Amino acid sequence: MEKQSEVKLFGTWSSGYCTRIELALKLKGIPYEYVEEDLSNKSDLLIHHNPVHKKVPVLVHNGKAIAESLVILEYIDEHWNHTPKLLPADPYERAKVRFWANFYDQKFGPSIYNIITSKGKEQEKAIEDSREVLKVFEEGIERDFPAKSPFLNGGTLGFLDIVVGSTACNFKAFNEVFAVVFDPEKNPAFCSWVTAMKDCPLMKETLPPHDRLVAKISKFFLKPPKA
Amino acid sequence: MAEEVKLFRTWSSPFALRIVWALKIKGIEYETIFEDLSDKSPSLLQYNPAHKKIPVLVHSGKPIAESYVILEYIDETWKETPLLPEDPYERAMARFWAKFGDDKVLTSIVWGVFIKEGKEQEEAMVEAMKNLWFLEEELRGKKFFGGERIGFVDLALGWLANLINILEDVAGQKIVDEDKFPLLSAWMKDFANSPIIKDNWPPRVQMIAKFRALRDAKLAAAASSK
Repeated sequence: MEKQSEVKLFGTWSSGYCTRIELALKLKGIPYEYVEEDLSNKSDLLIHHNPVHKKVPVLVHNGKAIAESLVILEYIDEHWNHTPKLLPADPYERAKVRFWANFYDQKFGPSIYNIITSKGKEQEKAIEDSREVLKVFEEGIERDFPAKSPFLNGGTLGFLDIVVGSTACNFKAFNEVFAVVFDPEKNPAFCSWVTAMKDCPLMKETLPPHDRLVAKISKFFLKPPKA
Repeated sequence: MAEEVKLFRTWSSPFALRIVWALKIKGIEYETIFEDLSDKSPSLLQYNPAHKKIPVLVHSGKPIAESYVILEYIDETWKETPLLPEDPYERAMARFWAKFGDDKVLTSIVWGVFIKEGKEQEEAMVEAMKNLWFLEEELRGKKFFGGERIGFVDLALGWLANLINILEDVAGQKIVDEDKFPLLSAWMKDFANSPIIKDNWPPRVQMIAKFRALRDAKLAAAASSK
């Protein structure tokens, strides 16, 4: 029998970027060891494996480390190239998936961060900006993936489902702690996609528990105002 | 039957230059459409409504935006002279360094060191040096980031080989010191003088003028906000 190849994932339980990797590994049926990192006290091993960014997630496969969640996802799909495939086969379809994955991380992610780190009028503006970005994203997804339902990849979670769902599926926690950005009336297509993903068993078992997440992000981000 | 390939670009964009290099390295015929970003064409807005930016590659009517997404598309569609290595781990490393180039190196040099002065610039230099050092280490034992020949990471970082010199002239500040970064300096020369690459650099005089204007504007804005 073939020796199991060693797969380790360094992550934190509350990070959507780490959830992405767990979803991909589980989808592909790849056994792995999970190492929980305390980002306020990073392990020597994490810094050794990701000296450039010192961040999670880091995938270590047979001793070789890969960092950056989108890079890791592509690696998983290429090395373990059995089904289910995360990316479609056609180069143009792949380009569309990569484009929107990058858009989500480069535009939507920071817009959410701006909401988290602002208050009052500034936060209202940040919420409006985020809604604008979400609108562009939603319209783009509908235009570029017209036939796909419930998930963009057809029946199983694909690359873009994983990228978006890993953070967006926590929207209830976000709405509770900060502000309602994910509004089914304003973004019906996006919200129904996210809801469908939230209900899938793999997502349910991999997402961080709601109450624990609410407690953590409240504590971390809602610091009391300085006197 | 020749497929129609169009590239929307500007004369100076380093992101678009990556695509020019890739297309020429692979011997792909294409039509260039130069954009004036202060007066974007309806075609550009139609082909890239999300960002309204260049470069955009249009292949048989299908638009692709974002330079690394375009490079991957080109590599997957035209398989001769591959840009990415075959091995999945090597591919992951290439993607990692390309991303590092844009997220950290470009940002710390252009939006850090170049548009600042005095103490702020000194602080920005520390960050830039750290990032450049990672690139220096990555070149150990290699002529190009791609190995023996130019690859994905070389195209991703290629802007360094031409722009660093221009930034140093305009800001009056050495950024890539040959003594500190011998491998990177050698790579910059080798890359800049490589066939195809050397024929496609934007005109130096115009680049100096453009970046002088950028630095002046940013310094003025910073001064007036104090």
